[in-house]
Amino acid sequence: MKTICIVLLSVSMFRGLNDPKADAILDRVDKNMSSENRVFESEMIIHGRRASRSITSITYSEGVKQSFTEYLSPAREQGTKMLKLENQLWIYSPSTDRIIQISGHLLRQSVMGSDLSYEDMMDDRKLTDMYSAAVAGEEAIDGRKAYVLQLTAKVENVAYYSQKLWVDEERYVPLKQEMYAKSGQLLKQLTLSDVRQVGGRWFPMKLLYKDMLKEGSGTEFIITSVKFDQNIPDYIFTKAALRK
Amino acid sequence: MIRFLLKGILRDKSRSLLPIIVVSLGVFLTVFMSGFIKGLFSDITDLNAKFTTGHVKIETRAYKENEDQMPNDLALLGVSELIDSLKEDYPNMTWVERIHTGGLLDVPDSVGETRAQGQVVATAVDLLSPGSLEIERMNLRKSVVRGSLPSKQGEALISEEFAERFKVEPGDKVTLFGSTMNGSMMFKTFTVSGTLRFGNSVLDRGAIFMDIKDAQSALDMDDGASEVLGYFNDGIYNDEKAARVEKSFNEKYSRETDEFSPVMSRLSETKGVGDYLRIADSAGAMMITIFIITMSIVLWNTGLLGGLRRYSEYGLRLALGEEKRHIYLTSVYEGILIGIIGSLVGTFIGLGAAFYMQTYGIDMSKIISNVGMMIPSVYRAEITPSLFYIGFIPGLVATVLGNSLAGFAIYKRRTSQLFHELEV
Repeated sequence: MKTICIVLLSVSMFRGLNDPKADAILDRVDKNMSSENRVFESEMIIHGRRASRSITSITYSEGVKQSFTEYLSPAREQGTKMLKLENQLWIYSPSTDRIIQISGHLLRQSVMGSDLSYEDMMDDRKLTDMYSAAVAGEEAIDGRKAYVLQLTAKVENVAYYSQKLWVDEERYVPLKQEMYAKSGQLLKQLTLSDVRQVGGRWFPMKLLYKDMLKEGSGTEFIITSVKFDQNIPDYIFTKAALRK
Repeated sequence: MIRFLLKGILRDKSRSLLPIIVVSLGVFLTVFMSGFIKGLFSDITDLNAKFTTGHVKIETRAYKENEDQMPNDLALLGVSELIDSLKEDYPNMTWVERIHTGGLLDVPDSVGETRAQGQVVATAVDLLSPGSLEIERMNLRKSVVRGSLPSKQGEALISEEFAERFKVEPGDKVTLFGSTMNGSMMFKTFTVSGTLRFGNSVLDRGAIFMDIKDAQSALDMDDGASEVLGYFNDGIYNDEKAARVEKSFNEKYSRETDEFSPVMSRLSETKGVGDYLRIADSAGAMMITIFIITMSIVLWNTGLLGGLRRYSEYGLRLALGEEKRHIYLTSVYEGILIGIIGSLVGTFIGLGAAFYMQTYGIDMSKIISNVGMMIPSVYRAEITPSLFYIGFIPGLVATVLGNSLAGFAIYKRRTSQLFHELEV
């Protein structure tokens, strides 16, 4: 009986510790996906129940704390800008010349009717800063071998309590991501593809978000151009830039 | 004989006053309570019909499935053509379009940045077209606390509670932020023309009322609406009539294979309200039945006591040679007369009280301010044809039954023992 207790205690203790191999994988994922700063242009194709529509934008981001997005088309969205500074988000509407701050649970609302929430767009933190990882196995995704990582939040303020992450074994880029609530409910699914080498790193250029609580066939997020470690002027990340 | 008995009842107050008072009181309570319960449930139905369900409601099949979420991406389109057809098909009904959407009402500071904000439910109705009855239907004029109703496009009414909380005055500008029908960001700045208080927490918590054209333009819903509501021109909901309209509309316009085809539901079938109405209807009937039974027992006892109290009188009449059957019948006839008089008096007073309550009502707004249901803040009675006869059930039937049962004792009396019993 004493032996069984010691074994059970040891197992439970080790379960609580990070898996060194998983941490190393996650660290390499972060190195590919995160950067000092980046500028990218993207097209978001939102598949609704009635019709699909496409929105293009340009985004400047610096680290995990600040980013600025300007919508370029269609005409309805042109000139709409979003600024994120730390945990705050402001949206500028050219039609009303208003700057509106979004906070609290409203950050969980959908952006432009897509499958992405403001929170999804804002949270650029490194996975290693937010989650403890454990390798749950290996699987093939679209013919590529992938580690399956089980991520569990180690900090409080994360949008998803746990995630299941499929990481390309060769390129260390996520190929698939499932985001779960604390209850275990699958909230979102992300499929990443068109992995290209950009500035010495592997980077997925096409992402398909699917809000599992919503009908429809998801939102495609296509990165049409991406540049890392650029010289972004400081004024971009100010509220004054919203009205320019 | 009736005239003789009536004279006896009127002249001998010792044998008629108490029974008539008890019968009148019982009948008054029955009539008044029936009118009050009926009035309360009618008001709840009416309030829901005016604000959310109409007498019949048309939505797309897809919108109907998720209507709690106000999914305007699934809303009705081509509404003008639909309403034209409806006017032709159902000329005894009025059709109105409504838009509901959720959003953030943002109050700017002097440089146009967020000073305060709160979540609101926006309701768009036809406020500005000449001849529109929406302002009267939703009682908007009387609900204005400060300012006035919108007089032009770009003006809106907001709830007084919101205005107080965020220090917004009539004439200030507020921006509604939400999603258009296509999912784009929606920003629409309104001038606050006035503030509203309905006395109902569901409506008062955070609401903005605007003209339908403003909402259609802001939400990219050109010729679209969340729903089209239909009202019978006489203003009275009739479930059978509504069921016929519902059936014929769905046969003509609705297709099960097309999630965007319109589908009609009548008030009693509307999600939530229908269930509530069924429960309210049976609960109301149950309450009235229990009350009538209780009052019947009380009045029956009054009849019994009346009979027993006159034990000596019956003995004397028997001793004087009056037939038992005659005495029994006169006591029953007296019961009928007392029942009629008491029921008439009780019905008259009950109708008077119900009429007062129908006109003035009781203001319960302070008590129900946190109730999350769509219920009226002023409780009113409703005078219906049934109130003119419902009191006669306990008033007449129970009194007569009581007198009849008490009267059986007459047949058990023995003439030989009468003088001994009477001790004369």
